[in-house]
Amino acid sequence: MSALPKRSPGSERALKLRRSFTNHVVTALSIGSTILVLAPLLLILGYLFYKGASSLNLDFFTKIPAPVGETGGGMANSIVGSAVVLVLASLIGIPVGIGAGVYLSEYGRGQTLGNVIRFTADVLNGVPSIVVGIAAYALVVVKQGHFSALAGGIALSIMMVPTITRTTEEMLATVPLAVREAAYGLGIPKWRTVLSVSLRTASPGIITGCMLAFARVAGETAPLLFTAFGNQFWSWDLRQPIAALPLQIYTYAVSPYDEWHRLAWAGALVLILLIMISVTLVRIFAGRGMLKGGN
Amino acid sequence: MGVGIRVENLNAWYGPTHTLKDVSLHIPANRATALIGPSGCGKSTFVRCLNRMHETNPTARAEGTVMMGDLDIYKDAAPVEIRRRIGMVFQRPNPFPTMSIYDNVASGLKLNGFSKRRVLDEIVERSLKQAALWEEVKDDLKKKSGASLSGGQQQRLCIARALAVDPEVLLMDEPASALDPVSTSKIEDLIFQLKSQYTIVIVTHNMQQAARVAENTGFFLTGKLVEFAPTHKIFTMPSDKRTEDYITGRFG
Repeated sequence: MSALPKRSPGSERALKLRRSFTNHVVTALSIGSTILVLAPLLLILGYLFYKGASSLNLDFFTKIPAPVGETGGGMANSIVGSAVVLVLASLIGIPVGIGAGVYLSEYGRGQTLGNVIRFTADVLNGVPSIVVGIAAYALVVVKQGHFSALAGGIALSIMMVPTITRTTEEMLATVPLAVREAAYGLGIPKWRTVLSVSLRTASPGIITGCMLAFARVAGETAPLLFTAFGNQFWSWDLRQPIAALPLQIYTYAVSPYDEWHRLAWAGALVLILLIMISVTLVRIFAGRGMLKGGN
Repeated sequence: MGVGIRVENLNAWYGPTHTLKDVSLHIPANRATALIGPSGCGKSTFVRCLNRMHETNPTARAEGTVMMGDLDIYKDAAPVEIRRRIGMVFQRPNPFPTMSIYDNVASGLKLNGFSKRRVLDEIVERSLKQAALWEEVKDDLKKKSGASLSGGQQQRLCIARALAVDPEVLLMDEPASALDPVSTSKIEDLIFQLKSQYTIVIVTHNMQQAARVAENTGFFLTGKLVEFAPTHKIFTMPSDKRTEDYITGRFG
């Protein structure tokens, strides 16, 4: 430490100046990058408001699409349909994804099966969504004989699983060994330790992973094209085709009618807002009752 | 009440490393027994073998006989049952970070399926009082997380948590080594009081601590138990040259 060479007061000042200059440059660069990242998001949101907000009215949320040639109508059935398909996808995808993540982290470490699952999950994460749609078509739609909400839910759940699996595994890996040992030391069996201690400790990260997966598939159109298929009318039957916001937006956006274009913008705005609202609600809901630790 | 532990020819391995070699020793009931020795001498491995925590490491292995009273813990019982009867306090305080103070203390019972509210309340209060923490936390039992307490308080919380399952033996692996002197002396006072009800085994690097709290002391070196005797004898007239070298600070 004492081996630092003595500097003259002049070079000392120059050094200080250079350090402070570098500091400012790096700060400016990182702020600039942040703005670059956020700008597209804000631009998209702003543009959606600009194009879509004017078409939003009560009808949009309460009525089903109007027949060609008539004005008015809404996307109520698509909003509900999306919700149905997404709930279905979450009900399948979240438990399977978390289960697989738990296996990878707690039981499958260094084992062949674990490595195979991990590799498969990574590959599945990179599979284009249209391919997932085709797979669900072949596995569910062909077997059933017709398009259905169930097939759409399954297609989306397949897309959710890899993200949730890998986040769960990574979040569980951050739970310190000391915390698990505390549980073992109390005579708590391993399965109970995994459920009540490890998963609970890792839950904020896992919830974030689930929300990311949810938000990602909520806007997916391709996997729904030949699974959920879309529907211009109300449908509650999981075995029948069901409307979904992304599908409806797609249909309206490629149509030749100005009125439908405006509705497509409104639909896109509603889709983004609904995703934001549901993610926020889950965060608030999941954060409640959780005690904040110090340290 | 505490119960004595008799260990015969205990050997332990981590992978290919033979960390504990032919250790035999008798830990008397309702006494504090200190284990001293330089880092890596096997004393932590030894206590982890006593409640079968050693084998939670997938590469670890142990052989030999450990009798708790009349129970052969490697033959007659499942590890989880042993760990309920032989509690453990670790070197670093390790409260469950997402649980309240109350839930931390109750965790051993709750997560083993016990849920009678009134009884839990009583046990939590009794355990926190035993760990001399009750007065400091009684108003925040369910409001504060275990992790929000200070280091010394966290360690007493961990002691309360271990006591709540009503063990017969309490293993303490350097329980005060991460704490300041004030917290350390609180933990030592605690050990002094607790040994009337529990058998205590304490691993420590601090020889004054061993001298203060323990009736008997064992000295470990390179995986072997070199000497085991009443504490005053170990520190005043050790029978082994290596013990004398260690306690006089010639190595370790």
